[in-house]
Amino acid sequence: MTEFKLPSLGADMDEGKLLEWKVKPGDAVKRGQVIAVVDTSKAAVDVEVWHDGVVEELITKEGETIPVGTVMAKLSGAGEAVAVPPSAPAPAPAPKPARAKAVPPSLRKPASPAARKRAHELDVDIDKVTGTGPHGAVTLEDVEKTAKKPTPAKKPAPAAPAPAPSPAVDRQLEMRKAIGAAMSRSKREIPHYYLAETIPMHKALEHLARANEARPVTERVLMGALQLKAVALTLRQFPELNGFWRDGAFRPGAGIHVGVAISLRQGGLVAPAIHDVDERGLEDLMRALADLVKRARAGSLRSSEMSDPTITVTNLGEQGVEAVYGVIYPPQVALVGFGRIAERAWAEDGALRAAPVVTATLSGDHRASDGHRGARFLAALREQLQRPEEL
Amino acid sequence: MKPEELKSQVLEVMTTIAPELEPGELRADKPLRNQVDLDSMDWLNFLVALHERLKVDIPEADYAKLVTLDDLLAYLKKKMP
Repeated sequence: MTEFKLPSLGADMDEGKLLEWKVKPGDAVKRGQVIAVVDTSKAAVDVEVWHDGVVEELITKEGETIPVGTVMAKLSGAGEAVAVPPSAPAPAPAPKPARAKAVPPSLRKPASPAARKRAHELDVDIDKVTGTGPHGAVTLEDVEKTAKKPTPAKKPAPAAPAPAPSPAVDRQLEMRKAIGAAMSRSKREIPHYYLAETIPMHKALEHLARANEARPVTERVLMGALQLKAVALTLRQFPELNGFWRDGAFRPGAGIHVGVAISLRQGGLVAPAIHDVDERGLEDLMRALADLVKRARAGSLRSSEMSDPTITVTNLGEQGVEAVYGVIYPPQVALVGFGRIAERAWAEDGALRAAPVVTATLSGDHRASDGHRGARFLAALREQLQRPEEL
Repeated sequence: MKPEELKSQVLEVMTTIAPELEPGELRADKPLRNQVDLDSMDWLNFLVALHERLKVDIPEADYAKLVTLDDLLAYLKKKMP
């Protein structure tokens, strides 16, 4: 008998709400199978199981909010227990029909958490309440006023248990809180050091443009994917930047699982992992990246992606900044940032010319590495990007 | 395809990428990606969706010509099968 516990889906998560069980007692499950959907403050996450076996008992009820580590279900049967998510690349998930609840929060009525809670208690449809708060947000008072009005023919209570409530509820507020908590912890606990290096990009740009000429639009590779691959390959020589700081010691990552900072259109960000980036071909990596961005924005991520990035890469160049000095996402120990690729006056071999360059930065955890190694990492990254054909 | 129809199809595709977009507020003569806040991944997804809808392939080398919605519509009109 093994216990299936609510995993931590990131440093900023300490509880989650079970939205849906995908299995029932008696079902056989396979390692890697999605068995539940859990709402975190950031997204509805498909939670995978790490044991083969048979579901004996479902303990947590749908709609219940539970702390990380709570036993949610009991499993029995063959198969060894695996404590950590596998590092094998997750199979590219087949595109699945969008869940009804994946409505972008931006389309939802803005409302305060208290208003939503009260609306639920009073059985008021929040979408029908006229909001008087900032940007038309529904306030607690609005809900109570609406509730006092006589409602035409009260709807009968649903016979079946209500479907899982929208995970998007208060997502933006919750996400700000979660990001705040994780970043405060980072700044409190991690002694950051910051390094920057200007990297000539003409070789990488030319290589990519040439390769993309031959590719149909559906298979075109973005510079972001090339940069991810370059970081991952370089990290092979710098294992002290790839892993976690846990219980007072550095633990190297089992693979190079790069967390990709993805901004969400409605605000906030997530940084789920692409697994084994160093071992993937560029086209494969691009597909994984496109799929990840799409699912992150639709709020449909998998637990293994949320829980095990070994380093994070952020790219703010598209917003036009020169450089980004990131805040390390605990328990990771490093973050690589890329700014905008732009033409600058570039001196080389005694000659001056215009060349496209990018500023790459490293935020490192001084408990796990020193500036000396960090500097060598950035220098190696620069050299790697001069050999784009290896990527 | 009539110009109005092409425009509404393009905007329809755009709203699948940027659901919060109010097409009425979009200035057709101002830089498109700025107004809609499209990063390179959004832009690529937009072009892939356009390709599926209109069967037009837009090579990377032509991106620089496609600054405004007006530019894009004129370009598509020429390339449409």
